[in-house]
Amino acid sequence: MIHRFKANGIKIVVDVNSGAVHVIDDLVWDLLPYGPDFDHDKIQIDLSGKYGKEQITEALSELESLAREGILFSKWEDEIPMMKGEPVIKAMCLHAAHDCNLRCSYCFASTGDFNGARGLLDFETGKKALDFLVANSGKRKNLEVDFFGGEPLLNFETVKRLVYYGRELEPKHNKKFKFTVTTNGLNLNDEMIDFINKEFVNVVISLDGRPEVHDRMRKTVNGSGSYGIIEPKTKDLTDKRKQQNYYVRGTFTRHNLDFDKDVLYLADLGYKQISIEPVVAPENMDYAIKEVDLEEVYASYDRLMKAYIQRRKEGQDFNFFHFSIDLSQGPCAAKRVTGCGAGNEYIAVTPSGDIYPCHQFVGEDSQLMGNVLDGTFDREKQLVFRKTNVFTKDKCSSCWAKFYCSGGCHANAYHYSGDINLPYELGCEMEKKRLECALAIKAIEQLEIY
Amino acid sequence: MKHIKTLHKGNLKKGIKEGGCGECQASCQSACKTSCTVANQSCEK
Repeated sequence: MIHRFKANGIKIVVDVNSGAVHVIDDLVWDLLPYGPDFDHDKIQIDLSGKYGKEQITEALSELESLAREGILFSKWEDEIPMMKGEPVIKAMCLHAAHDCNLRCSYCFASTGDFNGARGLLDFETGKKALDFLVANSGKRKNLEVDFFGGEPLLNFETVKRLVYYGRELEPKHNKKFKFTVTTNGLNLNDEMIDFINKEFVNVVISLDGRPEVHDRMRKTVNGSGSYGIIEPKTKDLTDKRKQQNYYVRGTFTRHNLDFDKDVLYLADLGYKQISIEPVVAPENMDYAIKEVDLEEVYASYDRLMKAYIQRRKEGQDFNFFHFSIDLSQGPCAAKRVTGCGAGNEYIAVTPSGDIYPCHQFVGEDSQLMGNVLDGTFDREKQLVFRKTNVFTKDKCSSCWAKFYCSGGCHANAYHYSGDINLPYELGCEMEKKRLECALAIKAIEQLEIY
Repeated sequence: MKHIKTLHKGNLKKGIKEGGCGECQASCQSACKTSCTVANQSCEK
């Protein structure tokens, strides 16, 4: 399977099954639809008005050479790659608070309570959660714990105690906790910033971009905008981290389909790690992105790609999460087919100790997997998630992007179709556009063909 | 080659038989939280 596309004035072909990426000229672009079994005589007749005979022969020879090498028109004849050994859990989204000090209009978590009771994680339940992770992690050394909410910093003292508790567990069990936090930044103070920057390998702070865009959706409890409070604290925290190992993470909606302006606005403020992502929302919400909006979304990604290339060329580097792609040292095949590992390697734990496949499933009764307080865990459900991959999803198996997106988000699929094997199609279309941009940026920067 | 510049030869098939070690970051723990992307993750090996 191949995928050819044009972006920012260059032409690219991706050999899906090997992962090879080639930049091609006009002639090869025209030849590719004739493959993989090129009929030379027919091609010479068809293209004789456009290209010379020798040129065509030369390009065909190059194409056939790549095919022989297994990096064009390659087939997937291998088994489905898996993670080694028995199922283990290595990553946890630990809900420190089912409460929030913001009332964001697009919140998937019902402004923090996940459609349940508002409340905070207590230390004993948190300890049990970390114990559960260690006990179920097998031989995996690196364990990830993201403090999430609601707003986790509403429960900062418990978060702090749990980090110290995790550090106590590390030498006893030969583990390394990689703590992270996802916060709205509203409560940040100097003590929190110092602690976060000392202990957390990554921080995600929610900032949507331009003040008016941010304030439209991200309001305080009394209904006023939160940008003016959050942005200066975010800048302070990220500057103290030397602008590394964090993301300012925004959401774009139907109200700001020109989100490229928000990314560049944040870059102009000096942020170096930026992620702005499409809202996932029921179609009847006024801010939900609809199919009819896709062309506008694509245009924004195209404008952002051009600006991104230009700025990086001029030394004004910043990293846009979805334009970042690692072709050489990226993840192995097993990772690429299974993705985030929700419900299998990755779980979410609520303040009451309930276990769900991930934070996006919290509150879905049918997806409850167990509880850390009594140690119950639904191994059969874990196996269902473990066995779900790009080869079990019909729509993914014929998609060129499957080894880059790994089949997409299980929760988005579930909320969209009721089935984790039926991907959220609007999300797929945007993902494919981002990937084309990312590959084009890689090609332009690597080959210096500005 | 005159008409094709190979950016990367691809290594997707490497290590299929051995399986993944699983030490890498869960992709959703990085920034996305909603839009799964693994291509920008790094291998821990």
